Amino acid sequence: MILLQLFWSFIQIGLFSVGGGYAAMPLIQQQVVDIHPWLTMAQFADIMTIAEMTPGPIAINAATFVGIRIAGLPGALIATGGCVLPSCVIVLILAWAYYRYKGLTLVQGILAGLRPAVVAMIASAGISLLILALYGQRALPARLTENLDLAAAGIFAAALFVLRRWKPNPMWVMFGAGVLGVLLYSVFP
Amino acid sequence: MKNPETQTKYGTLFLSTLQLSACTFGGGYVIIPLMRRKFVEQLKWIDEQEMLDLTAIAQSSPGPIAVNASILIGYRIAGVPGALLTALGAVLPPLVIISVISLFYAAFRDNRIVSLVMKGMLAGVAAVIANVVIDLCRGILKLKRALPVLVMLGAFVAARFFNVNILLIILVCGLIGAADTLRKRGREAGK
Repeated sequence: MILLQLFWSFIQIGLFSVGGGYAAMPLIQQQVVDIHPWLTMAQFADIMTIAEMTPGPIAINAATFVGIRIAGLPGALIATGGCVLPSCVIVLILAWAYYRYKGLTLVQGILAGLRPAVVAMIASAGISLLILALYGQRALPARLTENLDLAAAGIFAAALFVLRRWKPNPMWVMFGAGVLGVLLYSVFP
Repeated sequence: MKNPETQTKYGTLFLSTLQLSACTFGGGYVIIPLMRRKFVEQLKWIDEQEMLDLTAIAQSSPGPIAVNASILIGYRIAGVPGALLTALGAVLPPLVIISVISLFYAAFRDNRIVSLVMKGMLAGVAAVIANVVIDLCRGILKLKRALPVLVMLGAFVAARFFNVNILLIILVCGLIGAADTLRKRGREAGK
């Protein structure tokens, strides 16, 4: 039964992808290209490109895309449901434990230790994103000026300035950066 | 949903999550500054420290960070029904968008305007994350203690330069925090 197979595959993807987007990619590939003949490698590459161009988690994007190709809208719903089911269960248990025990001195100590680490993780993810935005690749080039996308650097600097100076809603800054992107790259191709 | 007040709460919760999820370009982490703006600064439903705690839980649980963070907020504001509501709100935008795009995905993938918008937005998203990191770092420095700063630098180096697994970093930093608390408590008892 194809719907059950979809459900089970995406439960595994949801369950084993810890740490966000790019960590989930090889898992998704294994399930939908290697184990099941649901997508060709070229289609998989396409959906990863589209996932980066659209909002939402990569795993959910892949679930919807694969589901709809294999079994139409019910397939998309089943695959997406499978993908978030492990999260729902595990996160709810942890949330319950957090609110029940966060008053304990020891738990407060643990949380105080975690907070700086969380800031570090967000910083690290932000730097990866900045490198991707400025150089169009995931690794820093040998020389920092090599292949530097000046338009992207300008947008980054302008957006950060606006955010620090006027504290607008970040959503508008993101969309503004998108519009600025079209203008700048059209003028300086 | 008995009285209008709870109804509004559920409505705000659902619509906010829907809106935030529709804006999570460039990976799940961008939901953190967006949620901080909405739930900490605008609605004042949770405080900054709680937001960081929820982020720690969201990123050390399996599944997408944006979905996990949404479930946590929903649970905090309205229990299990709230969590199911925000899970739905987080999943619907990508579900609808990809369903529509799957009809003409080759045209979308090859569209020049779309890819230019994305290039610009990526730089904008990087700025949004940089902005929140500056605020959060200031919060850590304001504690005026060496340990949190060292933990922050250590965790950053481990994640960035040594690709240490996130779960391991979370575990070690939690243990450091626990040890620090026990040490402080021991010192107070010894006085």
